[in-house]
Amino acid sequence: MKEQREDQGKDQAKDQGFDRRDFLKTAFVGGAAAAGGTAGITTPEIAQAQHPAVPAAAAGYAFLNLDEAAFVEALVDHMIPADEISPKGTDLGVNIYIDRALAGAWGKGERLYMQGPWKLGAPSQGYQLPLTPAQLYRAGIEATNAHCRKAYGKTFDRIEEAQRQQVLIGLSTGKIAFDSGLPVRVFWTTLYQTVIEGMYSDPIYGGNRNKAGWAIIGFPGVIAVHRDDVEKYRGKPFPNKPVGIADMS
Amino acid sequence: MVTKLKEVDVVIVGLGWTGGILAKELTEAGLKVVALERGAQRTSENDYSLPNIRDELRYVVRHDLMQNTARDTITVRNNPQQESLPMRRLGSFLPGEVVGGSGVHWSGHTWRWTDMEFKIRSNYEERYGRKSLPDDMTIQDWGISYAELEPYYDKFEYTAAVSGKAGNIGGQIRAGGNPFEAPRARDYPLPPLTPILASEMFTNAARDAGYHPFPRPSANASQPYTNPDGSKFGGCQYCGYCQRFGCEANAKGSPHMTVIPIAMRSPNFELRTNSWVTKVLKDSDGKRVTGVTYTNVLNGEEFEQPATIVLLCAYAINNVHLMLLSGIGTPYDPVAQNGVIGKNYCYQTGAGATLFFEGKYFNPFMNAGGSNATIDDFNSNWAFDRAPHDFVGGYVVAGGFNTPLPIGYRPVPSGTPQWGSEWKRATAKWYQTAMVINASGSVMANRYNCYDLDPTYRNAFGQPLMRMTFDYKDNEHKMGGHAAQTINTIAKSMNPTRLNPASARTDPWTVVPYQSTHNTGGTIMGTNPRDSALNKYLQSWDCHNLFVIGANVFPHNSAYNPTGPVGALAYWTADAIKNRYLKNPGPLVQA
Repeated sequence: MKEQREDQGKDQAKDQGFDRRDFLKTAFVGGAAAAGGTAGITTPEIAQAQHPAVPAAAAGYAFLNLDEAAFVEALVDHMIPADEISPKGTDLGVNIYIDRALAGAWGKGERLYMQGPWKLGAPSQGYQLPLTPAQLYRAGIEATNAHCRKAYGKTFDRIEEAQRQQVLIGLSTGKIAFDSGLPVRVFWTTLYQTVIEGMYSDPIYGGNRNKAGWAIIGFPGVIAVHRDDVEKYRGKPFPNKPVGIADMS
Repeated sequence: MVTKLKEVDVVIVGLGWTGGILAKELTEAGLKVVALERGAQRTSENDYSLPNIRDELRYVVRHDLMQNTARDTITVRNNPQQESLPMRRLGSFLPGEVVGGSGVHWSGHTWRWTDMEFKIRSNYEERYGRKSLPDDMTIQDWGISYAELEPYYDKFEYTAAVSGKAGNIGGQIRAGGNPFEAPRARDYPLPPLTPILASEMFTNAARDAGYHPFPRPSANASQPYTNPDGSKFGGCQYCGYCQRFGCEANAKGSPHMTVIPIAMRSPNFELRTNSWVTKVLKDSDGKRVTGVTYTNVLNGEEFEQPATIVLLCAYAINNVHLMLLSGIGTPYDPVAQNGVIGKNYCYQTGAGATLFFEGKYFNPFMNAGGSNATIDDFNSNWAFDRAPHDFVGGYVVAGGFNTPLPIGYRPVPSGTPQWGSEWKRATAKWYQTAMVINASGSVMANRYNCYDLDPTYRNAFGQPLMRMTFDYKDNEHKMGGHAAQTINTIAKSMNPTRLNPASARTDPWTVVPYQSTHNTGGTIMGTNPRDSALNKYLQSWDCHNLFVIGANVFPHNSAYNPTGPVGALAYWTADAIKNRYLKNPGPLVQA
């Protein structure tokens, strides 16, 4: 019930052209101005006290700023809409997965050879940008939003579903070219891969909440043994009760 | 400041399958052996255990058991005209970095390469004439025969718990095995794994088409097993987490649970982990090596480890890199076509189809490295006439699954959207009801496919990266076309609801996505020092107390996975050192 109410609140806020991001930005300015007099009261506390219907991000963000969070939430809910197959992307925690991945070692470029000189190279030579995945994400969101503003007058999270669809098609086919010079295909590949990871990696990483991603396809997860199942379930559906690492720890 | 340590009999660089085998064999022969491994110690009990080992993100996507390209990588280009750029993260191949090396995360496919490979130039010239081979195809005979290697294949198969069905024992063809394999002295140590539905369906279709399917031989113990050294294996659990993962059941033959623990029990053996070898040292006249220098990567401290014998047992790419960095042997020059170090780098090629069967449950998450069925009719079958198809080499075709975990594998019919409800519905419908048929093809050596040192980029130790120049040539494209046709014929005969057909690749080799960790050549074995780096005992032609072991010794690459001959050659070299070299240190083959 609670979730439903929060969703309604969010939709309502969006209808009014005023969402959580606007509110937090305003609150932050207000908070800063009043900092001397309201020590001890944090911005989220103010937000929750004054606008209980506006949802907080499920578990808070470690990397994404407000614009980026709005982009990622809109992206994952568009790519993974709620339907008879699964809850929507944010309910699967895909946005949280992405935030944690970008905030963590992978996002900071762990295992990435980061010495120059830097050349674009041929596609067959793979990733050649002087950016960590987190920097790439940040630059890519900014460039996509710049494209959306130019094409539709609003950022990605505020345009219509049909327009979002057009943008994603443009990104995935390389038909959109970023003014910033960022190679669109490289951004799209990373974006897409992280959405998939958020749907299908173990829930310990923040996505695939309640193993609802695995449930889409009937993947059993951290199964211990299949030795007897090979014969028993040959050609038959395997009872799908996915198990995650946390369930066995 | 380099600290010089006390001399030992043998220093081993890299402790995977080859280093582990040599460490065990040579400590048992009474030699003092030190192994330097750049990775850390990890064990099945503590690291490859449930539930944490069942983590696709960590092990497949984030490469937890693999080499770290931030510290050292290669640069890549498709041809000498292209500017080479660093492979900034792993993709096309995944060398391991841990005690046990790539032997921890392999699938276990174990093949016996035959005289079709070892005598490749002679075979083709004899049958098709000297002019049948393109001028730039630098394939050459290996200088070794299958008969010489047979006992060592046997030894490796029994050590690694290979499950399979013999197709040829002493010249007698056995039903259910590979009729094209070379004669073996005895059967595999273990019977084949239980076939999964996809491999059964492939088997039936391939047989109906007139081919000779058999279960793929793999070091996945089909039942609990104790090998001749006393190493204990559990039975395979068909968990689906094989390739890229350590095996929690100890069912996958791996050096960290076989040869390495045996060496470690010997007082003659010392393992130093986190030890990165930067150079092999030569004596003043360049005829011998005197040891290696290495860095403790935990604190940057540098050491010199003198040794009477040096064994390079790192991943194939790293062995070649060390030879180039150490200035041992003449670097290969593709223009002048002289020199040998870096020559004949080869890879593999392939093609694949996805078959969709509405309502048929394959349960792709129940499989093992060896649960696929294979045909060898277009590879080791010398009766298959290559002339009408105009290619050298061959390919094997297999039906089943390879790491069908959900981040990486969610098959949908071509034309399905990439996101949205329709995509989700297709993913939900087909994940369990699709199967795959794949071909793995050989790559012939080519004059321009080679390694050298990169002029620009450096690793964390300030040393030049190695440069890989590689692309597929017409030969591979023609073979790929033939393989795709074979796959599609079999696939169509199975009447799938939908089919994503196989097609021959024609685009350049690319560092993404993953293709195969079967990099071969660079320090090749052969019959003379003019066209090879090593003799048939994998002994350097230049420095007789240096042996280089791994797939880097293969003068070309076959369709088969390389670990069978890699393991066999490690035992072969161990015997040559124990029985011949120690008695009379010097070249084992006169140049």
